[in-house]
Amino acid sequence: MTAIAWQRRRATASRFWADFRSHRSALVGLGILLFFGLVAVFASVLADPAGLDVTKATAPAHAGPSGDYWLGTDQSGRSVLTLLIHGTRVSLIVGLAATAIAIVIGTILGIMAGFYGGWARSTLMGLTDWFLVIPFLPLAIVMATVLGASLLNIIIVIGVTSWPGTARLVCAQTLSVRERPYLERARALGGGDWHQMTRHILPNVMPLVLAHVVLTVSVAILSETTLSFLGLGDPTRPSWGYILDNAYGTGAMSNGEWWFVLPPGLCVVLVVLAFTLVGRALEAVLNPRLREGS
Amino acid sequence: MRGYVLKKVGWSIGTLLFVVVFNFFLFRLLPGDPIGLYTRGRNMSPDQLVRLRQQLNRPISEQFVEYLGNPFASTINSTRFNRPVWDIIGERVWPTVLLVGTAVLVAAVVGVWLGIRSGWRRGSRFDRITTGTTNTLYAMPEFWVGMMLIMWLPFFPSGGINSVGVSGFFATAVDTAWHLVLPVTALAVVYLAEYTSIMRASLVDELRQDYLTLARAKGLREDLVRRRHAVPNALLPTMTLIFLNLGFVIGGAITVEYVFSWPGLGLLTAEALRGPDIPLLQAVFLLFSLGVIVFTLLADLLYAVLDPRVSTR
Repeated sequence: MTAIAWQRRRATASRFWADFRSHRSALVGLGILLFFGLVAVFASVLADPAGLDVTKATAPAHAGPSGDYWLGTDQSGRSVLTLLIHGTRVSLIVGLAATAIAIVIGTILGIMAGFYGGWARSTLMGLTDWFLVIPFLPLAIVMATVLGASLLNIIIVIGVTSWPGTARLVCAQTLSVRERPYLERARALGGGDWHQMTRHILPNVMPLVLAHVVLTVSVAILSETTLSFLGLGDPTRPSWGYILDNAYGTGAMSNGEWWFVLPPGLCVVLVVLAFTLVGRALEAVLNPRLREGS
Repeated sequence: MRGYVLKKVGWSIGTLLFVVVFNFFLFRLLPGDPIGLYTRGRNMSPDQLVRLRQQLNRPISEQFVEYLGNPFASTINSTRFNRPVWDIIGERVWPTVLLVGTAVLVAAVVGVWLGIRSGWRRGSRFDRITTGTTNTLYAMPEFWVGMMLIMWLPFFPSGGINSVGVSGFFATAVDTAWHLVLPVTALAVVYLAEYTSIMRASLVDELRQDYLTLARAKGLREDLVRRRHAVPNALLPTMTLIFLNLGFVIGGAITVEYVFSWPGLGLLTAEALRGPDIPLLQAVFLLFSLGVIVFTLLADLLYAVLDPRVSTR
């Protein structure tokens, strides 16, 4: 029994990979993500974390690229490349952790709303619609101000403001799954609500959520950059947005310090684009309705 | 139609109530002494302080009812400007309307045009290049685009709405337009990506409709099939989405206005952050939410007018 199940799973996985591989842009995206993932993991090996300390910086401030400092230095003489490498870690952690929070909240609310229907659905989806209306950036700004600037707070702020999209998607999917015969079978065999939701609905909703997760990460990383740029990030954990904030604050643009402005933004664009490309491809592979379209 | 309008208006009022309630309680979560937060950096007579303390010491329920009665009353001055918050906001509305309006107009016109071109010839070279470009543009933070523009186009003014010493209506208008170029480009470039992909997707949806086959069977030229039949239908959802987006674009203008020191609501928000200026932040947040609600309602009504099928469904 289990051998057959595993065989089937392996077959599904290889079919999925073959479908996914046919999207060339997704492979490029995956490559970019792999690169930045490695940089994040080995950040301390690639660049000494001591280079992040303002008091230990010895290089001249606002210096252009040179043999010692490939991407020049910032306003206090820290190497921009060191900041970038360690910023990768912060941006990816915030993006992934915030997405995890949003997905958990969104999936729980979405499944409950879709499964119970009736007033539970109208209440939960009404709440979701309300949260969709509140403009994201002002809300995040207000919450970050209220909570204070730290890495954990930024994660919480982005996490609890990005769940409505997931909740809607999961609710719609749950509604369609709920009516399928195998759930009727589960009910007839005496499966409780909890069993039905976790064993039957969740696994069927998960593939679509997966594609959505990847797209949410890209939005979360953009949000982190924006919040850090506005000075709401954790000043002790420099991220890409923090570098841009410093560049703006010290007039890097009017001095033509391209090494201070260009690289952080380029990293954001690359990572966000990579997540978007992978997410779109996953959607195309996992969502049969999109497949017949194109 | 009547029922539809009533339903949408009712929903907007409900949402407005939610936002007001949310706004009230969110700011009650602030840690520390509210008196200190509300008066930071201002000279207050002991008398005023006592009155403010009495005001804030009343039961939450009482304060809540008062707030619900008139959420737009400015009982507490801005800590940064030391003036009623809605007076300050009033001065800042028009620059934002000018900036956001121009940017959305530019982005919509160019975006729709690009969307039509790439959607009609799906999979062509033009389509692939456009889709790749819009994906990339969509991944860019608006403020970074702004910073790059300032750095690489130094002959344009990098901040403010007017130069010093410009007078006369015509000269001022030209000067403002000159100052608008970079901020509008930064905002439009990012929204352009969104509008292009929306227009492309809705045109692709129309491509296989029967009425297009009929139009071709009648012997219409391909160009006319596109212009007279496909595009008007595809424009419906796009126009609504553009309208719907307006409320959110105002929020998105925060960083762009900050980068270009554009004296609008976005810059005001960024200024309110440094401090933080809680009364001002609260009012700005309420205004942004209100903007989204109003534009959502308008978009729903507009859609019903443009496409009668919606309201009868």
